[in-house]
Amino acid sequence: MIIEINFVGLIIASIMASAVPLILASCGELITERSGVLNLGVEGMMIIGAISGFALMTVTGSLIIAVFGAMLAGVLISTIFAFLTQTLITNHVATGLALTIFGIGISAMIGKNFVGIPGKEFPVLFGNLKDAIPFLSPILFGHSIVFYFAFALPFITNYFLKKTKIGLIVRAVGDSPDSASNQGINVRLVRYLCILYGGAMCGLAGAYLSMIYTPQWIENMTGGRGWIALALVVFSTWNPIKILIGAMIFGGLTIIQFHMQAIGVRIPVQFLTALPYIVTIIVLVVISRDSRKIRLSTPSSLGKSFYKDN
Amino acid sequence: MENLIKIIKRDQPSRAIFFLTPVLAIFLTLLAGGLIFYILGFKPFEALKFFFIVPIADMYGFSELLLKATPLCLIAIGLSFCFKSNNWNIGAEGQLTFGAIVSGGVALLFYNQEGFYILPIVILAGAIGGMLYASIPAILKTYFNTNEILVSLMLVYVSKLILDYLVVGPWSNPEGFNFPETRQFSDSARLPLLAEGLRIHAGIFLALASVVISWFIFYKTYLGFQMKVSGFSLKTAKYAGYKGKKMIILVFLISGACAGLAGVGEITGPIGQLHREVSPDYGFTAIIVAFLGRLNPVGIIFASLVVAITYLGAETAQIFMQIPKYTGQVFQGMILFFLLASDYLLFFKIKFIGSKK
Repeated sequence: MIIEINFVGLIIASIMASAVPLILASCGELITERSGVLNLGVEGMMIIGAISGFALMTVTGSLIIAVFGAMLAGVLISTIFAFLTQTLITNHVATGLALTIFGIGISAMIGKNFVGIPGKEFPVLFGNLKDAIPFLSPILFGHSIVFYFAFALPFITNYFLKKTKIGLIVRAVGDSPDSASNQGINVRLVRYLCILYGGAMCGLAGAYLSMIYTPQWIENMTGGRGWIALALVVFSTWNPIKILIGAMIFGGLTIIQFHMQAIGVRIPVQFLTALPYIVTIIVLVVISRDSRKIRLSTPSSLGKSFYKDN
Repeated sequence: MENLIKIIKRDQPSRAIFFLTPVLAIFLTLLAGGLIFYILGFKPFEALKFFFIVPIADMYGFSELLLKATPLCLIAIGLSFCFKSNNWNIGAEGQLTFGAIVSGGVALLFYNQEGFYILPIVILAGAIGGMLYASIPAILKTYFNTNEILVSLMLVYVSKLILDYLVVGPWSNPEGFNFPETRQFSDSARLPLLAEGLRIHAGIFLALASVVISWFIFYKTYLGFQMKVSGFSLKTAKYAGYKGKKMIILVFLISGACAGLAGVGEITGPIGQLHREVSPDYGFTAIIVAFLGRLNPVGIIFASLVVAITYLGAETAQIFMQIPKYTGQVFQGMILFFLLASDYLLFFKIKFIGSKK
């Protein structure tokens, strides 16, 4: 009996592990969107983070340099987006798409020399407690530090937005850039910083995939997770805590396909792989149906450029 | 010393600059591309030559250019209907794939038959397939208020998995030694090739027809006018009493049909069967083509030729200089970056004023 309970615990733990990159990227994007900026380049920033982390780990041998390097790479690539949309006032949607196309190309170009190289083992915390408590141990212990950070992030983000002054400023800029500007807030600067923060989180999400989750470099390895992360932000109605729930659902869908195949359920593998994408669409429909609710929770200036005549 | 340059907002976007900035963007992309080649340790001029000139230096190369430009042009024309009216259909790749699936399925029904009627049915099936697939984000957007960007994109992944399932499973060639591909279509289901020894096929006429028809719709019909107004301001469009929902669905259907036709061209042209990779991301690249062509049918012709070179150039540069083929994608991303950036000149004038001492 104990073995079975442990098995359930292990499944939950694996669902949580596959939810990590979604939580990180969504929470980052949520801050960006809360400031009124729609960055569709999540997939591109994640893949850049993935290759940067893996390449730095292989070249320098240092996991710390690799993780922070991946975040920095996310920041750098999102700077392009920030400069274009904030300084040159370009269209958010088109710029984000360009970022994704560019990111996938660049990552494949850099990654050419890293295909087939095995990853390194990433240290886990509380590894010695792995068998201490049945069921709970595999869920609570023996994960990487990024894992714990990811599950704390929605709560930190929530606290930041609701309880801190800077959080209030971010929300003000997103909901009413004109009033914020009249109050002496530098709208452009706030948005720049929110975009760069989103880039850092997406970079970390990518690094988690290539360094901890998979761990190796595979071309295009984000496989649409960036887009699912974007959908999660809509799903959450811009509420960080709900991102946690959404990410667990999608993590569950990813894990279930492996187990269904293992049990020998006779459903074509392609259908199971397509499931997360199909469910994303269904969930989006259910959430968005109530247009009033969406309108109330969407940052009012989302995707709109702000220009102030000097 | 005061500022030497001053930035002034233009009262009206400049029309000359509207068509000049794409040229500027291409120039800047070449410059940045040369720089990237240099950083990667290649001779920049030689690399650019292999990338942009060698591939189209002979007749065969030129026909290959037209071959790649055909689907790009077709899809971009379709997308321009959506983008002009503020509908962000970014799932053309999925609509292309689904169009290819439906037309391929129909072509397989006739695999052992010949007849003049087969090709038109196959082409029509592709267009319908693309329209069906595009109608999903359109209907969800209009009736369920669902974000069309995310839905159309998710459907791309779904369509590729459907295709994969079909060519590996039920539609795979019974005599094909388990290769992930279908039977060869009969000759009657193939778009005719235009010249002996070249791969260029009659699909190019579909692309040209789409250019003419879309030009007519954009500039000579009420629908074109409505799209333009909705693109500028949805509020104005509503105020004027345009049927917004009907238009959204219509532009998605047009866009889906074009992408579906591009899919037909890919499978009934040079290949003649369905297999896993019907399109090297033409659907995504066409988004860049649509913008580079300024959502103008004639502009899109030129843009599709320019962007098609990045496909060929990437192959040539890989063969001759071992430059990774993804450089093509990097170039495509850069073109769009530079194009969007140079749009700044549309709305702002940069004035050089003498230094004050």
